[in-house]
Amino acid sequence: MKWTKKLLLFIYATLILVPVISIILATFKTTSEIYENILSLPSSFNFSNYFGIFQEQAMGTYFLNSVLVTLVSVVFTLFFASLVAFGITRLGGWIGGGIFVFFTIGMMVPAQVNMIPLYQLVYSLGLTNSLVGLMIVNLSVTLPVAVFILSGFMRSLPKSLFEACTIDGGNNWQMYYRIALPLSLPSLSATAIFLFVMHWNDLLYPLLFITKAEYKTLPLALLEFQGEYMTNYPMLFTGVIIASAPMILAYLFLQRYFVAGMTAGSVKG
Amino acid sequence: MKQSKWLYLFFVPGLIFYSIFFILPTISAVFYSFTDWDGLTTNFNFVGFENYTNLVTNDSIFIKSMTNNLKFMLFVVVFQTLFSLVFAVLLVKNTKTNIFLRALYFFPTILSSISVAFIWSYMYDPNLGIINNLFTSVGLEMLANNWLGDQNIAIYSIAFVQVWFHTGQMLIIFVAGLQAIPEDLYEVAKIEGASRWQTFSKVTWPLIAPAATIVVAYTTIQSFKAFDLIYAMTRGGPNYATEILATHIYTTAFRSFKFGYASAESVIFMLVIALITFLQFRVLRANRVEN
Repeated sequence: MKWTKKLLLFIYATLILVPVISIILATFKTTSEIYENILSLPSSFNFSNYFGIFQEQAMGTYFLNSVLVTLVSVVFTLFFASLVAFGITRLGGWIGGGIFVFFTIGMMVPAQVNMIPLYQLVYSLGLTNSLVGLMIVNLSVTLPVAVFILSGFMRSLPKSLFEACTIDGGNNWQMYYRIALPLSLPSLSATAIFLFVMHWNDLLYPLLFITKAEYKTLPLALLEFQGEYMTNYPMLFTGVIIASAPMILAYLFLQRYFVAGMTAGSVKG
Repeated sequence: MKQSKWLYLFFVPGLIFYSIFFILPTISAVFYSFTDWDGLTTNFNFVGFENYTNLVTNDSIFIKSMTNNLKFMLFVVVFQTLFSLVFAVLLVKNTKTNIFLRALYFFPTILSSISVAFIWSYMYDPNLGIINNLFTSVGLEMLANNWLGDQNIAIYSIAFVQVWFHTGQMLIIFVAGLQAIPEDLYEVAKIEGASRWQTFSKVTWPLIAPAATIVVAYTTIQSFKAFDLIYAMTRGGPNYATEILATHIYTTAFRSFKFGYASAESVIFMLVIALITFLQFRVLRANRVEN
């Protein structure tokens, strides 16, 4: 029993590690080296593919676009969602419940359902080929899950804290940013990570709204490398590593928070 | 009392963005589904249920996409739930090795679908790919396949990637569920001389049924949304063998410019998801009560 258990765990660990390691190795190889033997070590660990991709592609621009879109989207989603969650918690009753349902029902609607009218709307507002357009759409579509996680948490905060604040003459705004926000830090950070991963990796909205190179984000740029570097796997994977590096680094240092955050959206139900 | 009036202001920014960029487009999708709009011009005619009847009666690709969606969903739900449950049982104790393995298994979740798609296109490459090379080198050539090019297996090849992608995430949900089970229940089972299987089926399973409900429901929704992965790996090909509703809606709207028709597809898509989620909750809830 013990033996099969270990074997099973080992096989699955290999299944994760082999693909990941082999693409990391591939970024140090030349195309012909890849064709010779996929699992072998590269002849030398030089970074020529990394330099190459920055020379051939506007990687810096894509990277910066991704950073900007992700950061702004996350900050505004958190701000607006925490306001809503606070309102729901304080209001309570059937109005609070109704607003909660109105927001969270959005979690059931896949992005592909409303992408056509959404495209039309964004187009008519002149927000295609614009990072601001991406940010606005991002924040709107992730409000449901953020409201869901945050109001679940805020509801569990002791009511007496808010009452104490009222007695001291505090108004709603003070209650929100002096009590609700600081105390919700664990769930805010979990939501933040969930949103970070989601926005950083999103392909659909850039694919819909962005056609000009100067506004492309990393996932969209990667998709286009696919055609350009058809059989040039080393270059393709160098792109993958660059695009994933921030998430991988963050995961190495904030692993616990990642696990909590990525599961928050699903478990809180 | 004056206080609570101000409270409504807290909803304003969220409501504005959510209503305009989410609710409005969703409702418009229903509206456009009754038109022949091409998305390029501003004129369109109302065609009643024509789009819907066409979809159901003479659009074989739509039917195929729907079938593919179901195949994909079944494969992912069964294997992802099974794998994550088995590994959660094996890794439930917080030892150093287990914590490390849980973190390793979780790792693919943080990657983008497009990265995962590239990684696995490479693994599946019929000539270059590690999988075929592995089979050949151990003398099992007959297991080597054109994983993404063979119409009969391509959808399952991608479904497997989806399982690889998110098993670690579901594992964490099960581990949390398992760790919440009181230790003394296991001791009682041990004293009573219960076998490992009996302990699992009589103690563990009933108590993690709620976690299983979440995993199955979440996995279903996630598998329906697998647009990025499939679009990047095969674009729905070969010969629509991996076309699912999400990719089909995208190409119908943005490649063939049949916005009205594609809207009808998305309305059906929405209804299918609502129906499946509803059924799952009923079945799983009924299960829970029995236990």
